[in-house]
Order: sequence, then structure tokens, then C-alpha cells
Amino acid sequence: MSIISVPGQTDWLTILIIIGLTLVTIVSRSFFFISRRNLPMPTWFQRSLKYAPVAALAALVIPEIAVTQGELASWNDARLYGALAGALWYFRRRSVMGTILVGMAVYLPLHLGLGW
Amino acid sequence: MSTAVSTSGLAPRDRALEPPVLSPAMIRQPAFREGWRNYYQIALGIASWGLMTGVAMSNSGLSLFEAMLMTVLVFAGTAQLAALPLIVAGAPVWVILVAAFCVNLRFVVFSEHLRNYVMHLPFRERMMFGYLSGDVNYVLFTQRHPHPATHDPQLRGEQVAWYVGNTAANYVNWCVACLTGVLLASTLPTSWGLGFAGTLAVLGVMCAMLDSRMRILTAILAGGVAVMAYALPLKLNLVVAILLSVGICLLLEYTVLRRHVEEQEARQRRQGRP
Repeated sequence: MSIISVPGQTDWLTILIIIGLTLVTIVSRSFFFISRRNLPMPTWFQRSLKYAPVAALAALVIPEIAVTQGELASWNDARLYGALAGALWYFRRRSVMGTILVGMAVYLPLHLGLGW
Repeated sequence: MSTAVSTSGLAPRDRALEPPVLSPAMIRQPAFREGWRNYYQIALGIASWGLMTGVAMSNSGLSLFEAMLMTVLVFAGTAQLAALPLIVAGAPVWVILVAAFCVNLRFVVFSEHLRNYVMHLPFRERMMFGYLSGDVNYVLFTQRHPHPATHDPQLRGEQVAWYVGNTAANYVNWCVACLTGVLLASTLPTSWGLGFAGTLAVLGVMCAMLDSRMRILTAILAGGVAVMAYALPLKLNLVVAILLSVGICLLLEYTVLRRHVEEQEARQRRQGRP
């Protein structure tokens, strides 16, 4: 069961999540400072470190762009074009900030002007 | 496979040369100020990133208080942006935390490298040192101080103070920018869709990680599975997508790509890279 929170209102579950995320920040950034002993990192763990972050980001962001209300986004969805423009910009110029700006420059006119 | 050296042979801590993390004595150290000033070169870039994160947080439906609390406590841009759609969708707490931890795994790698700079400090100070570590600080620090001074309390104290100065500047800059974004966006209507900037930011960070064919494969698998399994409850499509894509890539490394991966790792070890 999920608890749908009311937008703009403070609720305890969100506060709990924020505290949990703070602990995630501390544990991940101090991971090898926690124990004084030298913990050996198993090879499979070291190898999965190469893939897990990109997997998590892709698993988050691709549905964010390609799915609307449980259905595949239709062709007239402004997010598709914004994301496409942003990604193309990234591979030409290698700038994350540029990705955001170009993506928004494509997304906003389509979204606000055409209502996509 | 740990690259860390034994910490048992460390020189004991010299309280005069190595004051506690963030104590007034440390802040007075010239190295702290040098680290703080070194941060200026990237301050503007991080500030615009923070501004955008603030706008995305405000637009996602977090209350003003929640957005401010998240800014000053969580202090991790990509993880914050990643968590937002999950919070809005009402995903279970553990799914949100697992996703954030995966996004933060790069810090686990950094902490293994930074270990030799801090193991002479007590637990609480080590945690503070780690908590403040951002990606940019790690990069700047390892350029300025590539070798940990494990046996020289003078230099060791300077290194820690430099790093804490650099990360403290990042913390202040981040919070100010983020809070400005939160306040700015709370005056604008959410129907404008400015929160999409957060999605684009995560997309950009993901694109920046696509530096090998295997990582491109991971992203395609994870994205595809997450879309196909979208109907799963509790945002479990995310967990399934991460496990499947990482699992398939590891399986490939241990079977078809075995020779190739072993050669690559041996080459990296020779070059002294972690």
C-alpha cells in the first residue's frame, strides 16, 4: 500500500524519507571510513559498482520520459522532444548544464504553447 | 582487492597541528582558507545546479519546509532529484533508499580512496568529513593532494583542513542556491512544468556515465526493463531493472567477456588506478 501525500503539505512519511536519505548520504560517502579494519572489496562487488549507478539512473529517468499515467507516452508529448534535444546536446557538447537548458528550451514552447 | 594500506602504522594524532574537523582552530588554519578559496572556480556551476534542484524540489509537490529540510540535510543533488518522482509516486521508503544508494555508489569508491587521509581521526570526525564530500571536492582535492600524508602530522593536518574548507564552501554554496531555487519556484505555477529540468539533469548525469559499451548496454537494459515492468506495484520496476541489468552485465563479464575484463583490470592495476 502506498500513501499518496497531498502536494505542498508537510507529512511525517516525507520527513522520515528525508532523514533516511540523509543517512544514505552519510553511509555512502563515509562507507570505507566506518570500520578501522581493512575491509576487502570482493571482485564481484567492485565490478557491479561500475554498472549500478548508471542502471539506477536509467531505470529512473527513462520511464519518467517515456511513460505517462501508466501508458507509453504518445507522439505529442513535449517531454520526449525535450529529452531527445537534451541528450543530443550532451553527446555533441558534453555539458550537463547545456542538456538542461537546451532540453527546457525545446520542452517549454511545446508544453506551454501547444499544450503537449 | 582493497587498495587501502594498513592503518595500524599511522602516526598518532597531534592535536595542535590537527584540530578537530570544523572546530574554530581548524577554520583558522591557512590550509582551510586555501581549500575554501580553491572552490571559487567551480562555485558558479554548482550554484546553477543547486538553483535548478531547488526549482525541481519545489515543483514536485514537496512542501516548503520539506524542500528546505531536504536541501540542508540530504545534500546530494543527483540523489535528491532521483528521489523526487519516487516520493511523489508514493514508493515505499526502502525502494527510495535503495535507489538513492545506487545513485550514490560512486561515493563508496571515493571513500575507499580517501580512507588513507582520515583514518587517524575519531569516528565522529570521519563521518563529518565523509558527509560533506561532494564529487567536485573529491576531484579538486585529489589534484591538489594526490598522496596522503599518513606519517607527517603537519601535512596531514593541512590536507584534512584543506578538504574540509573546500567541502564547507560547497555546502554553503549548495544550500544558498538550492533554497533560492525553492523560494523562487514557490512563486511560479507548477503547470509550467519547470520540474522537468530535474528529469533533464538526471538524464544528463546518466549520459555522462555512458563511457563504455557495457555501460550503454546497462542503461538500455535498465531503461527497457523499467518501462516494461512499469505496472509492478510499489515502484518495484526500479529494483527489478537495476538487479536484472547489473546481473546480466556481470554475467557477461564472468562468461563471454572474461578474458577481456581480466586483461583490462590487470592493465588498470599496472597503471596504479583503483
